[in-house]
Amino acid sequence: MSKAPQKAAKGRRAPQGIIGRLVRTLFGFYPVMLPLVIVCILFNAVVSSMPSIFMQNVIAAVEQSWQTGDWASVSGQIMQLVGLLVIFYVLSLAAGALFTQLMAIITQGSLAKMREKMFNGMQNLPIKYFDTHNHGDVMSYYTNDIDTLRQLISQSFPQLLISLVTIVTVFGIMVYYSLWLTLVVVVGVVFMVLVTKKVGGGSAKYFIRQQKAIARTEGFVEEMMNGQKVVKVFCHEKEAQRDFDEVNDALFEDSEKANRYANMLMPILNNIGNVLYVIVALAGGLLLLNGVLNVSVSGLAMSISIVVPFLNMTRQFAGNISQVSNQVNAVVMGLAGAQRIFALIDEEPEADNGYVTLVNARENADGQLEECEERTEMWAWKHPHQDGTVTYTKLQGDVRMFNVDFAYEEGKTVLHDISLYAKPGQKVAFVGSTGAGKTTITNLINRFYDIADGKIRYDGININKIKKADLRRSLGIVLQDTNLFTGTVMDNIRYGRLDANDDECIAAAKLAGAHDFITRLPQGYDTPLSGNGASLSQGQRQLLAIARAAVADPPVMILDEATSSIDTRTEAIVQRGMDALMTGRTVFVIAHRLSTVKNSDAIMVLEHGRIIERGTHEELLALKGTYYQLYTGALELD
Amino acid sequence: MIKVLARSIREYKKPSLLAPLFVTGEVVLECIIPFITANLVNEIKDGCSIDVIVRYGIVLVVMAALSLAFGALAGSACSTASCGFARNLRKDMFYKIQGYSFENIDKFSVSSLVTRLTTDITNVQMAYMMIVRTAIRCPLMLVFSFVMAFVMGGKMALIFVVVIPILAVGLALVIYKTMPLFRRVFKKYDALNNSVQENIKGMRVVKSYVREDYEKKKFGVAADDVKVDFTKAERILAFNNPLMQFCMYAVMVFVMAYGSYTVITSQGLALDVGQMSSMLTYSFQILSSLMMLSMIFVMITMSAESAQRIVEVLSEESTLHNPENPLTEVKDGSIDFDNVSFRYSKTAARMSLENINLHIRSGETIGIIGGTGSSKSTLIQLISRLYDVTEGSVRVGGVDVRKYDLETLRNQVAVVLQKNILFSGTVKSNLRWGNENATDEEMIEACKLAQADEFVSQFPDGYDTRIEQGGANVSGGQKQRLCIARALLKKPKILILDDSTSAVDTRTDALIRQAMRQYIPETTKIIIAQRTASVQDADRIVVMEGGKINAVGTHEELMRSNEIYREVYTSQNKAGDDDV
Repeated sequence: MSKAPQKAAKGRRAPQGIIGRLVRTLFGFYPVMLPLVIVCILFNAVVSSMPSIFMQNVIAAVEQSWQTGDWASVSGQIMQLVGLLVIFYVLSLAAGALFTQLMAIITQGSLAKMREKMFNGMQNLPIKYFDTHNHGDVMSYYTNDIDTLRQLISQSFPQLLISLVTIVTVFGIMVYYSLWLTLVVVVGVVFMVLVTKKVGGGSAKYFIRQQKAIARTEGFVEEMMNGQKVVKVFCHEKEAQRDFDEVNDALFEDSEKANRYANMLMPILNNIGNVLYVIVALAGGLLLLNGVLNVSVSGLAMSISIVVPFLNMTRQFAGNISQVSNQVNAVVMGLAGAQRIFALIDEEPEADNGYVTLVNARENADGQLEECEERTEMWAWKHPHQDGTVTYTKLQGDVRMFNVDFAYEEGKTVLHDISLYAKPGQKVAFVGSTGAGKTTITNLINRFYDIADGKIRYDGININKIKKADLRRSLGIVLQDTNLFTGTVMDNIRYGRLDANDDECIAAAKLAGAHDFITRLPQGYDTPLSGNGASLSQGQRQLLAIARAAVADPPVMILDEATSSIDTRTEAIVQRGMDALMTGRTVFVIAHRLSTVKNSDAIMVLEHGRIIERGTHEELLALKGTYYQLYTGALELD
Repeated sequence: MIKVLARSIREYKKPSLLAPLFVTGEVVLECIIPFITANLVNEIKDGCSIDVIVRYGIVLVVMAALSLAFGALAGSACSTASCGFARNLRKDMFYKIQGYSFENIDKFSVSSLVTRLTTDITNVQMAYMMIVRTAIRCPLMLVFSFVMAFVMGGKMALIFVVVIPILAVGLALVIYKTMPLFRRVFKKYDALNNSVQENIKGMRVVKSYVREDYEKKKFGVAADDVKVDFTKAERILAFNNPLMQFCMYAVMVFVMAYGSYTVITSQGLALDVGQMSSMLTYSFQILSSLMMLSMIFVMITMSAESAQRIVEVLSEESTLHNPENPLTEVKDGSIDFDNVSFRYSKTAARMSLENINLHIRSGETIGIIGGTGSSKSTLIQLISRLYDVTEGSVRVGGVDVRKYDLETLRNQVAVVLQKNILFSGTVKSNLRWGNENATDEEMIEACKLAQADEFVSQFPDGYDTRIEQGGANVSGGQKQRLCIARALLKKPKILILDDSTSAVDTRTDALIRQAMRQYIPETTKIIIAQRTASVQDADRIVVMEGGKINAVGTHEELMRSNEIYREVYTSQNKAGDDDV
């Protein structure tokens, strides 16, 4: 329990760490381009603060001769200054064009690399991660967080750098010309920062509230849209409208306040800038008029040629302060996004210490197994031993569990002392209510989760020694919730075995009983599917999932409520295919409908993580226990 | 499109108009301030007295204060206007959707409606805020600054005549080039995110088939594709800034060179030093306004698609209407289908129901059985007029359903939908959907009928137990029974159960049917089921096949004469369990 406060403390400390890590990461992506960009930005920003110096010199020159109207005497000097300025400008433009182009490349490139890092890291995470994290939250790493990061990299970072450099340079020039006037500007800026803190703080507070209100509205809208037909059936439109008004009005209140603060900040800062501009003009005038001694680095006397460029510098200074405060929200949000993204990247990947692998094999002359390159129809477990010898065991599909205990969370054991065996080709069924632990058992066989105590052996090998990828390749799974991927029907079937040709896929579809409906689709096997096969019925999706498992052709199959959404009449038709699919394989079946499990070699009745009855259908009926009650409808399964 | 959207402004017309008004004030002041400052600078240069400076100072500070006030007021007004507009839009959309018929609802997917009500509205709100505030500010600023530049700089302001078109054409070119690119890439980006979502949801499948590397490669290709397009678009967009800087620089150089020439040669008559410095201020204002204008343009075009999606919802007209002079009483629970045919859309090639003739007496219990896609649900949805027939007519209590007041009809014909939903709240608040004024006794009675009372009263909080969104915290069978109880509370003349007991065990299922026979005998009951056990004691059973009635009869009759029924029955009652 001491973990929680620790985590919070980490979160509070994070910002500096996050900035550092983000910058390091970006430099890692673009070790040459990024320093170049920074140099360009520095140059560009310094140059854009230069005109004030030129201005001062030009005006000083003009001052000398405007009353005489003698252009010729100063033209050389002025033209020289302007010429120099043009050179600066050309260089600055080149730098500007270069860094904006590079930034576009860097931003998109970095985001793409971040995305890939996240995605690749995510593929290696254990199933536990996906079971314990809301999918919407994981998704928002890829959408919201990446978007805020884009804002941060492409706009906030360069803008902040430019503004900071400009502020420093301009400040330097100001001090160079006049300390008194600089002081006036500094006082004004302090005031601006204070206002930003006050108004900006209010804005941040309400933005957080607005965010919550938006989430609430979304939740409400989603629930109501999902239940819209129920609303209609119950003529509940008025009530729905009334409830919606409440949520909607609350959102309005918060978003109005949040936006009001944000919208007022910029005009206020701009106009403080204006006031500052006026005050500097006044102060300059007063200083000039009273002949106050100018204190400056340059040692120049106070003159109109100082006051005029000072006015422009004041504007520049104030403008950049507003720019910085304008970026504050984006920076805070961007860093929070970066923090979440890093957290995903840092997640512990699924550990795999297995060393037993699955290889193609054939029998040599004296009946021994030997490894071979080409695809034979025979597979073998390659088991290297510490003494350097290697043994090969034929892949058969013999699964045994010995006294297995398991807990998702420490201390909350959900499986107690499970022992069972399934010999090659046998069909084992699990029956029990939701939460009894049926699916958990299958999660252990393919090592989505690791057991706490006991042993599981596959073809006599402890599954902890088998490489996870090879273990899973030897198991086929059809789940209750079917997941199809965007692509054609054929692509989805081929997902089971990527090198399967079209004929093999079609044969698998026929075996699963899916061929009929597929050929009736507008484009047959080439019909594109999207949105998890939204255009298909749940039953059709399940048939495709079965076909996908069939093409993989594994020796062991796990069918977790695979036919729950197929109506009984269709199931009777599918059953033939399923039976064909199951022959010669070890099969674990979880089913609600007892008719599906009746012909199993063994039926395990689970309750609260324990096997309470086991035997064949006939044996269990004769037992007159829980299974009997279930079968006769005296008990409800859920 | 704009007309439809504008209807939602309503009470926010005032702030919507005030905001630009305040902005105008702010802009005017912001343009005059440099003008007066220029004069002040000249006065100082000429060595004026202190009180002149103080007088100028007071005027200027007051003006800046006013400008601040205007700016703040404008900011506030435009927040009210845009947030209020968004509120009304959301409200109008939600209300509109409440008036939709099933046919309308089928047209939009749930997720698309949610997006329209949230993200799309936010986009439009942002655009509206921009329009109310900046879209007025920028052109105004442009014009005022331009005028002021002319007033002060005279011929010098002609530089803008050269620079503005360059910038304008440049910006327009950038927009013209990037818009289609962005549109395309955003579609790709959506697709990429969709594939990520698919991957997250299907992680068990990915891992079971050891497809991690395959998925990485697939994602890498797609992500790269998005990157290439995004980079292309952003690189073009990146020309905005150097372009702007170029124009600024051009003006600067020109003002310094030509400005000082003019000042000197005219001896300060055509132009003076103060004016020269103000020219720079104006040039900044002019060019940045132009830049902002181009950004607003982009933003408005981007939000146009969102606006379009909103308008689609707002202008979708309900396909079902209350008749004029509707009947508000249903005589009895008899139902007649006369030559009814139905298809879901006018373009559908196949009729979902063809030539249905079925007459149900008040108080009868009817079972309906048939495979997936046999249009069982479609048939019963016509009774409470969730859809209108394409041909023929459906009568309830002897009267065409299209003559009834919709609310009356639906209160008398209660449907327990197949895809049913409980709402977040309590057990009670869900039950009250059936009857808002139901007493505790009535609720308990309905639950007893639906065999729900037993488990509800075992909950720690009984009838006040919280129900999570979608009823996630009760089991499927419990949910179905609560949904039945909810419908029973309507005390309808006709009760339709559309596969509503599929997750309930057979014994409880039988108890529900027995209770209904016993306690609401006058109510017409229609039961759609997968299990023959659920319908075999009905007065009559209808066998549906491919949108047609295949046979009607009692269990015994159908067992004798109907092959489909027999097949379904035997598939569920294979040898050895005649004891069901």
